[in-house]
Amino acid sequence: MMTMEQVFARPKSMSKTPFHYCPGCDHGVVHRLVGECLDELEVGDKAIGVAPVGCSVFAYDYFNFDFNQAAHGRAPAVATGIKRVRPDRIVFTYQGDGDLAAIGTAEIVHAANRGEKITVIFINNAIYGMTGGQMAPTTLVGMKTATSPYGRDAQLCGNPIKVSEMLATLEAPVYVTRVAVNTPANLMKAKKALKNAFRLQKEGKGFTFVEVVSICPTNWGKSPTDAHQWLAEKMLPVFPLGTYKDTLGVDKS
Amino acid sequence: MSAEVERIILAGFGGQGILFLGKVLAEAGMRNGKHVSWIPSYGPEMRGGTANCTVIISEHPIASPLVTVPDTVIAMNRPSVAKFNVRIKAGGMLMYNSSLIERQEFRDDIRLVEIPASEIADELGNARVANLVMAGAYAKFSKLIDYDEMVKALPQLIPASKKELAEINLAAFERGYQFVKEKKYMFGRYVYSVFKGI
Amino acid sequence: MADKVLMKGNEVIGEAAVLAGCRYYFGYPITPQSELPAYLARRLPEVEGVFLQAESEVAAINMVYGAASAGARVMTSSSSPGVSLKQEGLSYIAGAEMPCVVVNVVRGGPGLGNISPAQSDYWQATRGGGHGDYRTLVLAPNSVQEMADMTIAAFELADRFRNPVLLLVDGILGQMMEPVQLPAPTTYDINQKPWALGNPNPRKGGRNLCSTIFLDVEQLEEHNWHLYQKYQVVTDEFAKGAYKHLAVETHAVDDAEIVLVGYGIISRILKTVVEKARKRGIKAGLVRPKTLWPFPSQVLADLAAKTKQFLVVEMSCGQMVEDVKLAVDGKKPVFFFGRTGGTVPSDFEILNEVDKLVRPD
Repeated sequence: MMTMEQVFARPKSMSKTPFHYCPGCDHGVVHRLVGECLDELEVGDKAIGVAPVGCSVFAYDYFNFDFNQAAHGRAPAVATGIKRVRPDRIVFTYQGDGDLAAIGTAEIVHAANRGEKITVIFINNAIYGMTGGQMAPTTLVGMKTATSPYGRDAQLCGNPIKVSEMLATLEAPVYVTRVAVNTPANLMKAKKALKNAFRLQKEGKGFTFVEVVSICPTNWGKSPTDAHQWLAEKMLPVFPLGTYKDTLGVDKS
Repeated sequence: MSAEVERIILAGFGGQGILFLGKVLAEAGMRNGKHVSWIPSYGPEMRGGTANCTVIISEHPIASPLVTVPDTVIAMNRPSVAKFNVRIKAGGMLMYNSSLIERQEFRDDIRLVEIPASEIADELGNARVANLVMAGAYAKFSKLIDYDEMVKALPQLIPASKKELAEINLAAFERGYQFVKEKKYMFGRYVYSVFKGI
Repeated sequence: MADKVLMKGNEVIGEAAVLAGCRYYFGYPITPQSELPAYLARRLPEVEGVFLQAESEVAAINMVYGAASAGARVMTSSSSPGVSLKQEGLSYIAGAEMPCVVVNVVRGGPGLGNISPAQSDYWQATRGGGHGDYRTLVLAPNSVQEMADMTIAAFELADRFRNPVLLLVDGILGQMMEPVQLPAPTTYDINQKPWALGNPNPRKGGRNLCSTIFLDVEQLEEHNWHLYQKYQVVTDEFAKGAYKHLAVETHAVDDAEIVLVGYGIISRILKTVVEKARKRGIKAGLVRPKTLWPFPSQVLADLAAKTKQFLVVEMSCGQMVEDVKLAVDGKKPVFFFGRTGGTVPSDFEILNEVDKLVRPD
């Protein structure tokens, strides 16, 4: 009997639950990268996730390991509590831009500043998804949303916050990087960044932060292809990809 | 002085060691097997830079640890006399630091005890132990504190960071006690008018 | 048994927490509870615990949420305005059924108020405080010894019912020193809770989840009734006397014509009032709720049949008085006397109120 070699499979640390995300959404891609990295580092059974309020509130459905579902913006504080009790676990938060860069600004800044040995995955798609497309702290100037119907006015509500650049000014974080999953090349870089972050945590090195510039086809009112095009043209100039802090030089190794 | 309960208000400038003085008396009561409570000045009372605390030493469990009418006021500075003088129970005691508080017309229904605590402390070489002079003086009057027990316990109450002060604190306590024992504290007509029945 | 030591109430809570096996404390500075975090900042590292000063009360309570979900015995403390900030986290913690102990050294409000002692957070503590249908157990000590005993009891109740337990203390109790006999330390293992995140022992269903989201209306209703049932169990166990030493104290009530009701430091003053009233020939008695939720209603209901009237005394404009009225159920008049803004009523003024009620002419 002929046997076929399996070349592609669901990561072990992920469940069989189908994603509830909108078609074309980057969440599913990033979830999968998380699953692959944890598998490859053989820590899938030691991981504890902290889900935020937002589209990824149900992130726990898609992974096989333990999860805490935190209040809006508080995931880094919750993760702090978990990691301090269980330092041998791989603890990560998975947060959107409203969660992390608006209501949870204090929590992310101080968790980073304390050098909590956790990994924060920050999905920046410049809009509130779950609540229906409101202006986020990372919404581009001029971008129309449900609560900026005339386009974001910098005079009225400021400019988009560049979280990676901001956190990179702090002493404690060991790895702060911004990636995207809009092209196969960027996706491979994103996976490497996530793996670096989790490896650094596994080795107990310190706070690691991976920002993923992402799309929201539904609330942007674009097809996934057009949305990725728009991301490349409009978002990346404002949120340039690259590593902003790499204390231990992991990107080069 | 009642043999069953002693309610004391201690007051002075911040920095005169009032809270520690209160703690020494409360510890003394506790180590003598009595019920005790200690409450520091707290909230609005702290305004004006004065510190005070309330200590109760009792044979019986203490119901209210708050003291409206004290049996004794130990005053380390002038504002404390002005503030608490009127509240002392008739037949109670005002013990004051006569180094900083001049003789004046006091109520004639209380016992007055004049202790030159700051001067004694100065003689010993450290003005800051005036509080322990007062503790020693009070111990002589108290029915609920045991002097010998206290002499034994005092070194343990000095914080580790101030261990070098243990000896002088003990000396101040002993001097205060001796001062009262030798009845050097009495003065003027008040002594005779207030001494009756106490 | 160890010798008695003279300790401050706030510090005793800290030491008792350590003795109860609590190794994690997260908090934010606020007067008048600062001695407690200062004590634990020094003490927890000695027992390989974690003291962490958070960036806010909001962050602190969420760190508690995380640590509790990971199986630890964990505590936070604050004073009124800070406890308001913690309400978001408390709602999540209660909803997710995570055990923890929260100390409120109550100060005057509303708003910034002042740092003086108050009892004006009774409603916030006993009614939930945060959003949603939930309850927290509330213990109200009245002495430094009880602050030790009730802190330990709070951790046990929290674990027993998988629920946050509040310790409601006023500024005087927090600041005062009394002799205290500390109990022997408890050993606690973070892996003794099979539901805890990161527990390496085999569990049912393969993994653990700590969540409060139930988008499905039927699931949320089921969850809410499950919580309600649990609160019923708590209430029933207290009513049946399973926690007699924690529930209520009565004093001189058997022949009382007037029953005084008060908790915390007020109950100590009321005891003095009862003694003084009896010396004047007034048959006064005292009921002191030691646990504020579940409220010891039955004791008051039983007394309503025997006594003539009740006088509730609080350092507020009247909050617990509502629970007393519910318990007495209109059978006897319930009067109220309160001081607020940081004023502690004296035994004299309360005695005066008692006089007026007993001898109206």
